[in-house]
Amino acid sequence: MVSSIQTSAMHQVMVGHPRPLRRLRAALVVHCILLICGLLIAFPFIWMILTSFKTQFEALAYPPTLLPEQWRWQNYVDAWQLPGSWPKGFPRYFVNTVFIAGITCSGALLTSLVAGYTFAKMEFFGKNVIFIGLLATLMVPFEATLVPDFIIIKTFHWYNTYTAQIIPWIGSVFGIFLMRQFISTLPNELWEAAQIDGLGHAGYLRWIVTPLSLPGLLTLGLFTFLDSWNALIWPLIVTSSDEMRPIQVGLAYFITEEGTQVNQLMAAATFTIIPVLVLFLITQRQFIEGIAQSGLKG
Amino acid sequence: MALTASSLFPSRPVVSSVRRRKYWRTTVLAYAFLLPSIILIATFHLFSIAFAFYISLFNWKVIKGAFLGFTNYQVILGSGDFRAALATTAWYSLFTVIPSMAFAFFAAILLSRPIKGLSFYRTLFFVPYVTSSVAAAAVWRTLFRTDGIFSSLWKWIGVPSPQWLNEPRGIFLLLLQPLGIHLPHWAVGPSLAMVCIAIMSIWYSQGFDVVVFLAGMTSIPKELYEAARLDGASEWQVIRFLTWPLLLPTTFFILVISVIGSFKAFNQIYIMTNGGPAGTTTTVSLLVYNEAFRYGHLGYASALAFLLFGIILGLTLVQFRVVGRSARTISG
Repeated sequence: MVSSIQTSAMHQVMVGHPRPLRRLRAALVVHCILLICGLLIAFPFIWMILTSFKTQFEALAYPPTLLPEQWRWQNYVDAWQLPGSWPKGFPRYFVNTVFIAGITCSGALLTSLVAGYTFAKMEFFGKNVIFIGLLATLMVPFEATLVPDFIIIKTFHWYNTYTAQIIPWIGSVFGIFLMRQFISTLPNELWEAAQIDGLGHAGYLRWIVTPLSLPGLLTLGLFTFLDSWNALIWPLIVTSSDEMRPIQVGLAYFITEEGTQVNQLMAAATFTIIPVLVLFLITQRQFIEGIAQSGLKG
Repeated sequence: MALTASSLFPSRPVVSSVRRRKYWRTTVLAYAFLLPSIILIATFHLFSIAFAFYISLFNWKVIKGAFLGFTNYQVILGSGDFRAALATTAWYSLFTVIPSMAFAFFAAILLSRPIKGLSFYRTLFFVPYVTSSVAAAAVWRTLFRTDGIFSSLWKWIGVPSPQWLNEPRGIFLLLLQPLGIHLPHWAVGPSLAMVCIAIMSIWYSQGFDVVVFLAGMTSIPKELYEAARLDGASEWQVIRFLTWPLLLPTTFFILVISVIGSFKAFNQIYIMTNGGPAGTTTTVSLLVYNEAFRYGHLGYASALAFLLFGIILGLTLVQFRVVGRSARTISG
């Protein structure tokens, strides 16, 4: 016992402090690995931004250059104007997308809040059956409903309208589930107190639950907005004119069109990504915690 | 005594009828609250799946045609297209889900240490997941050009550059051919083009896996790690015998979500190859899209989609059983 203490003390005297040193080295290795991985992940973005400033000649040059020889801002102007000017082209795509995403978001928040509250705090006939029925729809892949939903939209004469791009996404099982999870954490004493003050379910939901659910609503709003912003296949199917197209469909046409220059393409990709990226960076805590929570609880 | 009691407390049936009336009033209110959601979800998700089956029984081209019964299904099961698309989807799923999860697991282990700059790294890893997959696919398409950065890198190393997104030959074939090994037709694997798309998809989805793994790791009690360290367990032993088994439910969750997600992949394939070269990147979702909205075979596409629905449902149930059982064996 004594000898082991002595030897370890001697060891420390001779080698210095192995523990902190080893920990420092381990931390350094971890940082190195993470930095390399992070750089690899960031590389496509870096490449995108750098290429978006190159001339067409330089963008196709072999061997490729990393930094642009001259920074050509004109690419952004060109890409912005290329698919056409108002009421077509990128300005129109952006207005459409903001409009569609805004309305979809508000509608989905409203229905999800009310339905989430109903499932979290009300006891009624057939509750479990309906809840399970709603959850079961999560198993249905979107390809399976693509054709029937398209025919439904055609039947309603909603083809090539904003309505077709908004209405199907307002009812959200994911949203209901998220809001139910959030609202069920509110203490029941609140409801009892509210009843004594003469509030019914509607008043309680409006005046007490809604303000307390703001963090949950924000998370859901972010997810819905992002889904709406990044939607491709559905608007691709239900729109036929440039005036109705959202940003992703416009960008997809721009990409697949013959003769689109790489540098302009990268400029268009950059200004499509930037708004969402800024939104994410501002709200990333809400976002990542939302994924972690809904992910694990879902 | 009994008489007085009932005359003193006659209210019991009254209370229950008041309560019952209140229950039914709440029920009416609840359905009023749920109505918008139920109508929308029932129309576009529940009714439409039944409607999809109905459509699949007809020769439905833009408008409803003759009733065919199960002919569409017979044609699909007899055709090579569907089987090829299914195989492509399965390869894509395998090449995306497993590497993405493996990468995310080890990244999460590194990120779960008390290091500085955790939120910076987490943000960096997560960013691809929030960007538009169309824009990201456009970037990756230019990276994989035959005169792009990857080709230049290959030439710089001194190896002839492959054709990337234009290469329809299988990856195993390309890897083993130089060694003189000849593979049978069924063992060549997914085309290099599909592997390129899978690489983009791994890049795109690993951030989600990292975040969910990290959330799972925070729920493991710290004391367990301390106890393991006291017992002299090495880093690797801690990961193998502590983190891995305790994260099994999280892993299972990510697996199910990712497999389902990989079956739905459309955007990156549509942008990067649109099903080519030689149809080797045509997954089932792309096949459904092409049949329905390029060729207008709505009935046929519906049958395809309905089969896919069955396959995904079956897959999910199998995953639940298999992984659920192994999780129980380990925890029990």
